[in-house]
Amino acid sequence: MTLSFFDQFMSPTYLGIPLMALALTLPWILYPTPSARWLNNRFLALQGWFINRFTQQLLLPLSLGGHKWAALLTSLMIFLITLNMLGLLPYTFTPTTQLSLNLGLAVPLWLATVLIGMRNQPTHALGHLLPEGTPGPLIPVLIIIETISLFIRPLALGVRLTANLTAGHLLIQLIATAAFVLLPLMPMVAILTSTVLVLLTLLEVAVAMIQAYVFVLLLSLYLQENV
Amino acid sequence: MADRPVPVVEKRLMDVKLGELGSWLGGRDFTPNGIISAVRRGHDRYYNKYINVKKGGIGGVAMLLVGYVALSYLWEYDHIKHDRWRKYH
Repeated sequence: MTLSFFDQFMSPTYLGIPLMALALTLPWILYPTPSARWLNNRFLALQGWFINRFTQQLLLPLSLGGHKWAALLTSLMIFLITLNMLGLLPYTFTPTTQLSLNLGLAVPLWLATVLIGMRNQPTHALGHLLPEGTPGPLIPVLIIIETISLFIRPLALGVRLTANLTAGHLLIQLIATAAFVLLPLMPMVAILTSTVLVLLTLLEVAVAMIQAYVFVLLLSLYLQENV
Repeated sequence: MADRPVPVVEKRLMDVKLGELGSWLGGRDFTPNGIISAVRRGHDRYYNKYINVKKGGIGGVAMLLVGYVALSYLWEYDHIKHDRWRKYH
């Protein structure tokens, strides 16, 4: 049985239930709803603070039409950040390493922003295909280029998230294997490798948070153009 | 010891005698609604004991995450055992 380093990304099944199902429901369990009390517990206070700060930050560049998307964007951000961070725990499965999930999130949301723009202000939306101040002869080429860049956006959104997380996990596994194998042979080199591993894990924590943020930020920018 | 007799099904699990376990299990509500309400009750018990307290610490969430890691290990055991058995990686 050939085992490769990519085996960690296969969705394992137990008694017919894929681990993906458990990994996808966990974010919903982790965040309790505020009760009718004025003062809730510390956990809810922290959660409320974070959601407030994030929504305020995200809606800064958006006009009034984009504010309707606040609930969707915030919940998407919390979902992605939880999925990414939980994937850093040992033996867990990260659903966002699967391209299918990321494209499934990116394509409908991107398409929604495009359709909203086309429906409400078609001239303005089509006007985005030609930046201001282009020299005359360049216009036909530039329109084609801008159209291609428009259609590549959902692919970029999905693939960016997938690639970043997959690369991070793969690196962690490679360096961990190297440190583990080197330990009986060359302990000093193994210690150096372990240091690299610690730094890499810190980087992965940061990447997990940043990637979720970038996804939602770009989506809000696409929305802002079209709304 | 001389309380009114309670039907077996309504007793809590810790009060059920070993011999009555079969009839207790048989009488429980395994419909989807019953399962959902059981999960809800379990969640409320855990939440109110460890998280919804005045000075809750990291323990409540940490226990949940450790349980999740353990469950993931169990889920993937069939796959991971080959890593341990293998001589050369």
